[in-house]
Amino acid sequence: MAFSTTTANFTSQPFSFNAPSPTSHVKLLITPTSASPFFGSTRKLRLPSSSIFNLHRRSGTVVGVSQVVKEKKPKSTLNLLITKEEGLELYEDMVLGRAFEDMCAQMYYRGKMFGFVHLYNGQEAVSTGFIKLLKQQDSVVSTYRDHVHALSKGVPARAVMSELFGKTTGCCRGQGGSMHMFSREHNLLGGFAFIGEGIPVATGAAFTSKYKREVLKEADCDHVTLAFFGDGTCNNGQFFECLNMAALWKLPIVFVVENNLWAIGMSHLRATSDPQIYKKGPAFGMPGIHVDGMDVLKVRDVAKEAIARARRGDGPTLVECETYRFRGHSLADPDELRDPAEKARYAARDPIAALKKYIIENNLTSEAELKAIDKKIDEVLEDAVEFADESPLPPRSQLLENVFADPKGFGIGPDGRYRCEDPKFTQGTAHV
Amino acid sequence: MYAIARQRILGQSFQKMRPAVSVLRSYSSAAKQITVRDALNSALDEEMSADPKVFLMGEEVGEYQGAYKITKGLLEKYGPERVLDTPITEAGFTGIGVGAAYYGLKPVVEFMTFNFSMQAIDHIINSAAKSNYMSAGQISVPIVFRGPNGAAAGVGAQHSQCYASWYASCPGLKVLSPYNSEDARGLLKAAIRDPDPVVFLENELLYGESFPVSDEVLDSSFCIPIGKAKIEREGKDVTITAFSKMVGYALKAAEILEKDGIYAEVINLRSIRPLDRSTINTSVRKTNRLVTVEEGFPQHGVGAEICASVVEESFAYLDAPVERIAGADVPMPYAANLERMAVPQIEDIVRAAKRACYRSVPLAAAA
Repeated sequence: MAFSTTTANFTSQPFSFNAPSPTSHVKLLITPTSASPFFGSTRKLRLPSSSIFNLHRRSGTVVGVSQVVKEKKPKSTLNLLITKEEGLELYEDMVLGRAFEDMCAQMYYRGKMFGFVHLYNGQEAVSTGFIKLLKQQDSVVSTYRDHVHALSKGVPARAVMSELFGKTTGCCRGQGGSMHMFSREHNLLGGFAFIGEGIPVATGAAFTSKYKREVLKEADCDHVTLAFFGDGTCNNGQFFECLNMAALWKLPIVFVVENNLWAIGMSHLRATSDPQIYKKGPAFGMPGIHVDGMDVLKVRDVAKEAIARARRGDGPTLVECETYRFRGHSLADPDELRDPAEKARYAARDPIAALKKYIIENNLTSEAELKAIDKKIDEVLEDAVEFADESPLPPRSQLLENVFADPKGFGIGPDGRYRCEDPKFTQGTAHV
Repeated sequence: MYAIARQRILGQSFQKMRPAVSVLRSYSSAAKQITVRDALNSALDEEMSADPKVFLMGEEVGEYQGAYKITKGLLEKYGPERVLDTPITEAGFTGIGVGAAYYGLKPVVEFMTFNFSMQAIDHIINSAAKSNYMSAGQISVPIVFRGPNGAAAGVGAQHSQCYASWYASCPGLKVLSPYNSEDARGLLKAAIRDPDPVVFLENELLYGESFPVSDEVLDSSFCIPIGKAKIEREGKDVTITAFSKMVGYALKAAEILEKDGIYAEVINLRSIRPLDRSTINTSVRKTNRLVTVEEGFPQHGVGAEICASVVEESFAYLDAPVERIAGADVPMPYAANLERMAVPQIEDIVRAAKRACYRSVPLAAAA
């Protein structure tokens, strides 16, 4: 399908979106709701039945059936975690993220890590819920809060830890740092310090996927891009520019808003005229979904549909995940402006604890196995720290490397090779 | 004065300017004449047909045939999937171009003028220029940002700034500025093939000028090396460096100086970053005097960098202080006579060269 240069005649997208279980936990915007109350700290948006505890209880209506049958019985509203393997994978990924960030804090206070470090504690459900559904060739673009996105995408903990320590064995050889994690192999495109900067880059990656399929005729190129960003970014011009162009050109991208209600010390409500971010999707012709970002199963459910939509070629989706960061904006932030009661409320909804409870209560595996995973992650992290500690600092010669892809900056000659490789190149001036 | 009369003609119509006779002396076989516009158009056409990964993006590049008609005919030839008309969102579409370049596509992003690139400068510097370094070589960005740069005629302060020195101060970018058709074709082709982000600064007033080109230039594999300057005119008394439109002025100034017995060597920089310091220094060591000419603001400009480079490397060879000609240190005024005073003119270059040669110079400015 050609990119339309005339005004697009798309049908209104929200109506065509099909969530697998549209009632309980997904809020689908079709018409503007009446003025929502200012939230304070309770989110009245969520429907009351949206906690996983209620859903679990709802399914326990069959009486007198054997244990085996009860496990296999399809739970109508809850086809989220079908297998034990998936549950363990999600649990391990979230525990890795949490433990890694806690280790980062420790290392920072011991002086091994420095500069700006932004931790992801509390938001693991979003990263795990989305990224674990991707293929290796799908890409992820993130912000400065990118350690856990890198880990979920598959970058080894050792590489991330070394990068944070500034050692040459890091994923960017120590040249990027906490805020600039890149991995070509895992298609992690950064790591951007400026908010909103990653959104157009993600849109470009999605553009490439579509271009490869349609112009370069790589028939099975259906790579999807995920752009992660926060609530503060949703007031930035680049966000709107990209919502427009992604919907206009029907790019395979999912815009994931990690709405943790706070931009350093600025509350989302004080900064935004209409705080319901998911509403901004339909204004540009794409579905806008709001989901409870503290529950990995709900996030995964929404993510499945959004990613499938993008892969099919139906265009972008805007997903707003209501989540919370347990720590301050960065390790330098004293975090004095947030109400402790609000923090306590969200701490009770800790995504890892919730998933653990769900796994145990549904007998997917035993507590011992989960504890074994915890222990394994601890070992992985200790190994990562040790590896990073023992790795060498970058050598002096590395300072001037990698400024250009082209070794000396003189470009490519007519024969297709780098000009600096031509031994006669540095003689005299170029005469044509 | 002859120069003033030329300026009046320039002010009235900038459509078709015939170059002075001396230009022919610099080229070996003056077979054909093509305008800079046609040179750029043919370069884009050839590179797009050679590599399907090259695509164009910008405002009015498609159906309008290009705001300055540089991309004329390309939409019909390559279709709307490769020649994209974008909404007016510089930050957004520049970022999209950079994201596409991360994956090996080769976007050519057009800014209607480089003044508008300031809305996208975060992406040019932070996500394009710095990415190869930040990712330690994993992600290179083969993108070209092109468009007219510098003063046009009567377009006012917000449309007349020269961005050469801003972009050239940033490591990770290559900054090119062609003068004639040969430069335009060769450098644009080199830029598109280059694996790094290139800022390609054209000049609106030069688009309509035609220059003679040899058959070699018209060949589809022709490209000029990045980082190498060209000596447009050889001389022995004073070196004049310039880029873009100022090369034409410098050449005319050199003719005027010749009548007074001063033989100026005119260097067309072509590449602002990487700057061809060796050519400049070799020339200064020969002539012992230097005049740098540029159209942009004087402070922290290209001339300042060249002067520092020469002082660092060839101080013992200098017989006179380095003379810097730049635009006036004011936002560009609108009134025609003020605008003329705010941009370097040929007589300014002549005066500066004479000062460098310790010849007496009339005190009053003759504008």
